Amino acid sequence: MMLAIVMPVALAMISLALLLNLWGLLRGPDMADRALALDTLYIDSIALLVLLGIHFDSQLYFESALVLALLGFLATAAFCRYLVRGRVIE
Amino acid sequence: MMTWLRFPLTTLALLALWLLLVGSVGPGQVLLGALLAALITGATAGFWPRRRRPGRPWLILRYLWRLGLDILTANVRVAALVLDPRRRPRPFFVELPLALEDPFAIYLFASTVSLTPGTVSADLRRPADDGRTLLLVHALDGGDATGAAERLCRDLKQRYEQPLMEIFP
Amino acid sequence: MLIDLLVSALVLLGAAFALIGSIGIARLPDFFTRLHGPTKATTLGIGAMLAASSLHFSVQGEGLALHELLVIVFLFMTAPVSANLLAKAALHLRVRSIAAIPRAFRASASDRSQ
Repeated sequence: MMLAIVMPVALAMISLALLLNLWGLLRGPDMADRALALDTLYIDSIALLVLLGIHFDSQLYFESALVLALLGFLATAAFCRYLVRGRVIE
Repeated sequence: MMTWLRFPLTTLALLALWLLLVGSVGPGQVLLGALLAALITGATAGFWPRRRRPGRPWLILRYLWRLGLDILTANVRVAALVLDPRRRPRPFFVELPLALEDPFAIYLFASTVSLTPGTVSADLRRPADDGRTLLLVHALDGGDATGAAERLCRDLKQRYEQPLMEIFP
Repeated sequence: MLIDLLVSALVLLGAAFALIGSIGIARLPDFFTRLHGPTKATTLGIGAMLAASSLHFSVQGEGLALHELLVIVFLFMTAPVSANLLAKAALHLRVRSIAAIPRAFRASASDRSQ
C-alpha cells in the first residue's frame, strides 16, 4: 500500500533528475562536462527503468536496464577516447 | 585446452554470472554455463597480465564490509555538501605515491578511492625519474585546512592500501 | 507489510540519491567537483533502487530475484572507470579547474599533438 503512495514521488524525482542531466548536457560548457552529463543521464535512466519495472510488476524492464548499463559504459568509454585521441578506432 | 583449470576463480565467477543472468540453477543451465565459462576463460587467458590469486578470504570480506559502510557515509556527506546552498566546496588535488604494484590491486585501490568519501581518482602516471606509480586524487572539499593533502594521503594509504597489500602479497 | 515498507523506503532513498547526484551536476562549480555527483550519489541511488526491485520480485513468489545483483556489481565496477576516463579526458582538454593541478599531470603541448 505504502508503495502506491511512494511511487509517484519517486517517479517525479527521477524525472527531475533526468531533466537536470539534460540541462547539464545542453549547458556544457566543455565537452568533458557534456560527456559527464550523458554518463549520469544513462545511469538515471537505468534507475527509471528499474522503477517502472517495480511499478508495472514486470521483470521485462530489467533486461533493458541491463542492456542500457552495458551500452552506457561503452558509450562513455568511447566518448572519452574520442575526446582524448580524436578518433575511436585506431 | 585445459587453460581454464589454471584460473578456477575466473571460471567460477563466469559460471555464477551465467546462472544469475538466466535466473535458474537447473542442470542444463549449470552444464551450459560451465561449458561457456571454461571456453571464455581459456580464450581470454592470454590477455591477463600475470597469474595472481588473492589470498585470505576473511580479509577480502572485511575489506568489502568497510567499503560498503564507507560508500554509505560518502553519499551522505556529498549529499549534505550538494544540498546546502551556503557551502562552497574547496576542492584540491593530491598526488599519491602508490606502494601497490599489481595492476589489478591498483585498479581496486583506484576504484575504492573513487567510491568513497569526497575523493575521485583522476589519473595514473609513472614519472620517468622513479619507478613508483603516482595516483592523482581529486578531493571535493577541505582544501582550505592546513595539511589537508598529507592527512588525506595518510588516511587513504592506511585505510585501503594497507589491507590490499595484505590481500595481494 | 514490512516488505512493502522496506521496498518503499529503498525506492525513495534511491530516487533521492539519484536526484542529489543530478543536482550536483547542475550546481557544483567546476568539472572536477561535478565528477563527484554521478560516481557517488547516483551509484548508491541505483544500488538502493535495484535492491528494492530484488526484494519486490523475491516476495512475488517466483523464487529469489537475484539478477539485479548483476547490474549492481557491474555498475560498481564501471562507475569508477568511467569517472577515471572522464577525468583523464578533462585533464587532456585542460578543462577549467578550481583546484590547482599538479605539474606532473598537466597536459603539455606535446601531449596534445599526439
